[in-house]
Amino acid sequence: MSPHDVWEAFNDPNLDGPGQLATHVRLSLIALAAATAAGVALGVAAAKLGGRWTAFMVVSVSNLGRTVPTFALMALVVALTSIGERPALAGLVLLGIPPVLLNAYTAVRGVDPAVTDAARGMGFTRLGVLTRVEIPLSLPLVFAGIRISAIQIVATAVLAAAVGAGGLGVLILAGLANSDDAVLLAGAVPTALLAVGTGLVLGLAQWLLTPRGLRPRTTSHTLAPHRTAPRPPEKDTP
Amino acid sequence: MPGTPATDAPPPGDVRAGTLELRGVTKRYGPTLAVDDLSLTVPAGKVCVLIGPSGCGKTTALRMINRLIEPTAGEILIDGTDVRRRPAARLRREIGYVIQQVGLLPHLTVAQNVATVPRLLGWAKARVGPRVDELLALVGLPPGDYARRYPAELSGGQQQRVGLARALAGDPPLMLMDEPFSAVDPITRERLQTDFLRLHRAVPKTVVFVSHDIDEAVKMADVIAVMRAGRLVQFAPPAELLADPADEFVADFVGADRALKGLALTRLEDLDLPPAPTVRRGEAGGDVRDRVASGTLVPIGGAVLATGDDGHPLRWVPVAAIGDRVEATPGRTEPLLSPVTTLRDALSALFEAGASHGVVVDGAGRAVAVADVATIGGGLAAPAEKAGDA
Ligand SMILES: Nc1ncnc2c1ncn2[C@@H]1O[C@H](COP(=O)(O)OP(=O)(O)O)[C@@H](O)[C@H]1O
Ligand SMILES: [Mg+2]
Repeated sequence: MSPHDVWEAFNDPNLDGPGQLATHVRLSLIALAAATAAGVALGVAAAKLGGRWTAFMVVSVSNLGRTVPTFALMALVVALTSIGERPALAGLVLLGIPPVLLNAYTAVRGVDPAVTDAARGMGFTRLGVLTRVEIPLSLPLVFAGIRISAIQIVATAVLAAAVGAGGLGVLILAGLANSDDAVLLAGAVPTALLAVGTGLVLGLAQWLLTPRGLRPRTTSHTLAPHRTAPRPPEKDTP
Repeated sequence: MPGTPATDAPPPGDVRAGTLELRGVTKRYGPTLAVDDLSLTVPAGKVCVLIGPSGCGKTTALRMINRLIEPTAGEILIDGTDVRRRPAARLRREIGYVIQQVGLLPHLTVAQNVATVPRLLGWAKARVGPRVDELLALVGLPPGDYARRYPAELSGGQQQRVGLARALAGDPPLMLMDEPFSAVDPITRERLQTDFLRLHRAVPKTVVFVSHDIDEAVKMADVIAVMRAGRLVQFAPPAELLADPADEFVADFVGADRALKGLALTRLEDLDLPPAPTVRRGEAGGDVRDRVASGTLVPIGGAVLATGDDGHPLRWVPVAAIGDRVEATPGRTEPLLSPVTTLRDALSALFEAGASHGVVVDGAGRAVAVADVATIGGGLAAPAEKAGDA
């Protein structure tokens, strides 16, 4: 088997690699958009409105979301609903929410209280403190969460094939079923490349979105300790 | 300006300062009375230092003034108007607020930080830019060097200078400062205090300044409010507080070295200091000798102080060593003092430098007077006089 065989398999009209790739990307994008919207909204709301109980819930639910095997999650979603694109998307969204939610919550919670106190003292309204101070300061960490979420969604979207929603998983499943390594790789290689590419692109976006004042400096004339940039609670690799 | 007592330099007419009045202000947290029936009045343009041991209610009292905390009882008036008459956010835009941890917005540049309140107040862009530059220069941070930096690129002292500029930017009639200089090293603190005093001369805002350091209080205050367990135990000018503590607690708090602390009550500008015997670099030697002969230039120890064209002191030159022209390269070793430096700080600076005299420079760095140890020591009598007429 050569790269040429894999390329042939990918372009086999019966398997329709390019079409599955497009489906894979589309499912991932929709799931990521929904997971981001829900994760940011829930994370910010929990950080601003919640107390200790909320903190406990956010952390527990997020960790639960990360420890439940993804396959089990998909199976559960399908069992509760049916086969098709919607349940696949629902599973991917559920999977994608925890990293965003946890990071958004941690980021907003981690904003230096001296900064928000000074902001309120200067005359920002509560909404102003949120939109002009807390959210901008949280962006880098939120983006780190979106990146983790995106990589997980892209990798897990292969399971969409198992519930009839298409995607690169179709090739992987077909390859497994027929013990055809070329077909298997025609699904697995693009999936891997897609995951790596997503990580790189969103990593770049994260860097670009980090305000210059918050970026770690290579050369520094800093005498005061850097108090405000909170440490990410988790590494970028899932 | 109504209510501005006639003291010191006359405040410029266009500076806004408001009278602050607290009437029976109380804050209760469950069983704790954080602030208990606090009443006091700070005249417009004066610095009131709130002092007392940790937990006595200073921060709580301060934060009730800009409504970051709402009182349980009592009322707070600025220029006779209750602070609750306006939405809290609007009120705060007209009250400068400086805290120990500074709290600069780390994602914004120094200039953007200073522009915060003017922008909240809706100033036109064309007005904000010059205002920011003016304030940065005022707090000793040349805008060309600092405006575009980020807070994390500044030292603690520089951050607090930006904090000060930011609080002054909207030209508020009232400034609230909660231990603003406690987090920096002693040398920086000393410099910030002196610069703040100089600034306050130029822009006499009404200031409420929280401190737990009696030396700082004596140095900065027009009037000191000593608090204990939420209650006001003495409200008096520094000289009176030192001379006549209201009770054992205040006496203890003020400390045994009250007399020495009195040195902090007098500033160099209060003394009759001899003018600096300055000569310009490049001035004709003949002219210098003529001025000495006529008595208009009085050398100290046979030497005169050569300055640059900008009046900045360069070095002492013996008159006998001056030829055709005054020649001088920078080589001054004695400390530079400010007219607002207290006698205590001046002495300490001289002792530290091992110098017998220092050069007093004005806000622009021009040599104006010379202060020597004996003259400063002579100023020891001053606090007693002050206490007498207080
Ligand atoms: N939010 C709060 N809840 C309960 N007690 C408080 C709160 N804030 C302050 N206190 C109490 O009120 C008292 C005064 O506090 P504070 O004004 O911070 O003192 P200071 O600034 O003089 O050190 C302290 O006993 C403190 O424990
Ligand atoms: Mg305090």
